[in-house]
Amino acid sequence: MAAALVVENLSVRFTQRRVSVEAVRDVSLDVERGECLALVGESGSGKTQLFQAAMGLLPENASTRGRAMFDGVDLIGAEDAALNRVRGAKIAMIFQDPMTALTPQLRIGTQLAEVLVQHAGSSWRDAWAAAGRMLERMLIDEPQRRLRQYPHELSGGMRQRVVIGMGLMCGPSLLIADEPTASLDVTVQVQIMELLRTSRRELGMALILISHDLGVVAGSADRIAVMYAGRIVESGAAGEVLRRPLHPYTAELIRCIPHLKGPLPRRMATLTGQPPRPQEVHAACAFAPRCVRAEARCRAERPQLKAHDAGFAACHFPLQP
Amino acid sequence: MQDATARFFANRIAVAALAVALGIVLLSIVGPWFNPNRPDTLDWLHVAARPGTPNAHWFGTDRLGRDLFVRTLEGTRVSLAVGLLASTVSVLIGVGYGAIAGYIGGRTDLIMMRIIEILSGLPLIFFVIFVTVIVGRSVYVLFACIGAVAWLTMARIVRGQTLSIRQQEFVEAAVACGATPSRIILRHVVPNLLGTVVVYATLSVPQIILLESFLSFLGLGIQVPSASLGSLVADGAGELQAAPWILLVPGSFLAVLLLCLNLCGDGLRDALDVREG
Repeated sequence: MAAALVVENLSVRFTQRRVSVEAVRDVSLDVERGECLALVGESGSGKTQLFQAAMGLLPENASTRGRAMFDGVDLIGAEDAALNRVRGAKIAMIFQDPMTALTPQLRIGTQLAEVLVQHAGSSWRDAWAAAGRMLERMLIDEPQRRLRQYPHELSGGMRQRVVIGMGLMCGPSLLIADEPTASLDVTVQVQIMELLRTSRRELGMALILISHDLGVVAGSADRIAVMYAGRIVESGAAGEVLRRPLHPYTAELIRCIPHLKGPLPRRMATLTGQPPRPQEVHAACAFAPRCVRAEARCRAERPQLKAHDAGFAACHFPLQP
Repeated sequence: MQDATARFFANRIAVAALAVALGIVLLSIVGPWFNPNRPDTLDWLHVAARPGTPNAHWFGTDRLGRDLFVRTLEGTRVSLAVGLLASTVSVLIGVGYGAIAGYIGGRTDLIMMRIIEILSGLPLIFFVIFVTVIVGRSVYVLFACIGAVAWLTMARIVRGQTLSIRQQEFVEAAVACGATPSRIILRHVVPNLLGTVVVYATLSVPQIILLESFLSFLGLGIQVPSASLGSLVADGAGELQAAPWILLVPGSFLAVLLLCLNLCGDGLRDALDVREG
């Protein structure tokens, strides 16, 4: 399969008052067409910055190295005009908090239609009709009435459907969903994930799910990549990663997913220790201080991402051969 | 929005002030129809006449025998027109300038804000005298001078607001949807500024009226035979001992109008819950 987005050796560095922080460190990653890739990591692991860099959304104090190839165009360092032809049209992005992702003063219909007017040059009348059809596809009841409403009149789940619909207006070939369910109820979470799954099937688009919650993405992802301290520490087919994790960090994350079956644990499983501060430079394995399997070599030499039977992992002592 | 309207109308002082202000506006428009005197006719039989004297000089006459009632209303109209027009212009320039500076940020913002600082450093009176000496006195010069000053504060306030709006997720979402900066400023940033802008514009109308009156009082503003509240007050100031009403009539119109407009603006600010700029 051809790749939809290829990220090569991407690094993102933020500089503020002479303090420099490397949020993303030399990450290479690719997403196949129509594939669902889940990018998992703790807060501060750089998973959001990675794709914000590709979309040109980083603030001014960020500097980016590396490449992000999409349709033969390098998105890193591309002109705004070139980025705007891609953003919203071919790559759409949806954000964590649907409460703030819609402009409060504009009607739902206007915000949906605007995307189509901008990219496809359609008339407002056509775009408005398309917006109505989109709300219907997003399983929002009374779409015609909703079009005329303002964001504050909708519930959180409904707004996230609108935000997803807004992303899908131009039929993008890649949708980046940054924690799409983090601020929603668990029941609504399930519906939104289901909606993302069906939309992806219908449009045949690639989907990148960014999440800190392995449990949320487990059911949807074809492939999982795990990030820790700005680097990818493991990637592989979803089933393999979940059943037979290679990296101790992934294993710990899986251990922390609460289970409904079986006896109730006396304590919730947690990871001990803190993630490293982003301004630290790692000559060794960044996970070593928290790792139960860490040995002298882990504290001396940084492991490279290497191929194993089940996938890729950056660990000196992987859990599987 | 409905909440804000309800909050405004629950504020009795603001509502009363609004009623009085609207009353003065209405009176300044329709009042002269009910009085036979014209603002520029001289009644030599009644020079500096007391209020209530014959020939329907309800508010008396000035020392040239001109009817004070119609002249004051005409002056009110001129002052209001200058205030409204100049604050409209200052809103348009200020919002555009401030939103662009705040949204684009970086070096553009730096240069644009330094320009504002230089302009606000100009001493207004010297500036006005300087310009009138060069171009000659006219309403347009007065207008340009007021306009050059009035938008500065607006631009500063709008820039500050834009800086915080720019950080919000819906702006990022709009960028991620491929919206151009001009579209984002016009459709996503400016609508969010409206509360602040409306409040500040309401408060800037009385400020501009006061500024205009002040300049007219010094003889730098509206010129005879036209009159504004400021020039009428200036006329009356010379006759304070002999005929105090020539000062008091336009003076009280000015004071009441300014008070009411300020109270309306305050009420609006409380209703829209905008922090003081």
